[in-house]
Amino acid sequence: MRRDVFQAIADPTRRDIIGLIAKKPMTPNAVAESFGVSRQAISKHMQILLECGLLHLNPQGRERYYTVQPKKLAEVADWIEPFRKMWEERFDKLDNIINTLKNEHHGNQK
Amino acid sequence: MATRNETKIIVEPGKQELFIIREFEAPREIVFRAFSEEDLLTQWAGGPNDMTVRYEKFEPFAGGSYRFINTIPGNPMEFAFHGVCHEHTAPERIIQTFEFEGLPEKGHVILETSRFEDLPDGRTRLTVQSVFQSVADRDGMVQSGMERGVVDSYARLDELLEKAVA
Repeated sequence: MRRDVFQAIADPTRRDIIGLIAKKPMTPNAVAESFGVSRQAISKHMQILLECGLLHLNPQGRERYYTVQPKKLAEVADWIEPFRKMWEERFDKLDNIINTLKNEHHGNQK
Repeated sequence: MATRNETKIIVEPGKQELFIIREFEAPREIVFRAFSEEDLLTQWAGGPNDMTVRYEKFEPFAGGSYRFINTIPGNPMEFAFHGVCHEHTAPERIIQTFEFEGLPEKGHVILETSRFEDLPDGRTRLTVQSVFQSVADRDGMVQSGMERGVVDSYARLDELLEKAVA
């Protein structure tokens, strides 16, 4: 099965998990506790997030902590940017037209 | 204008819709006009820099239809789009369908609703909602930057996904 960032963030529970761990690194148990479900129930989601590269599991002392990989998250944000830019350029032109129309409008009223 | 109004794009993961939100420094009657007259539309709706738009048909009324063609100077390729107008209610609402004719498969139609909202001080907020038939259709459109070569959009999406997996 293909694993990608979009699949990772498609599920609301996984988005919540990412949001939580983005605030501070957490142990697997702490994540499960935060959602009030068994570690087993949450582990499927964690597995997908790890495979997508959105999370890493780092040993620290005797515990292991999940951390968010910001670069992967940025990838998700970035993909909208060209689309946004396209509309921005379009609306900038529209601003000019609207200004012209506005001036005409004022001219007619006087 | 001192500061440029922000163009907001809302694309929630896993959904079949997207929103484009932008405010303008003019009453909605004026903004709506720029969406309702062919010669005005051709001045801004062509999109990025050198891309031009030409309307083959433009019937902005309920039951009417439209077809426009985007071209890039020096490029023989033409990108055609068409749809039908469900409602064109000045100065508040436009509802229409939208289809890119260059997709490998026909029938991937988008339902587009544009709302023009009065704001204080003679300003307007435009909200465009596009509803797609599938999440893949929507993501393909966003990924392509629309007219900027919709044809290779899926290839580019795959490329990005490969990078994401690597």
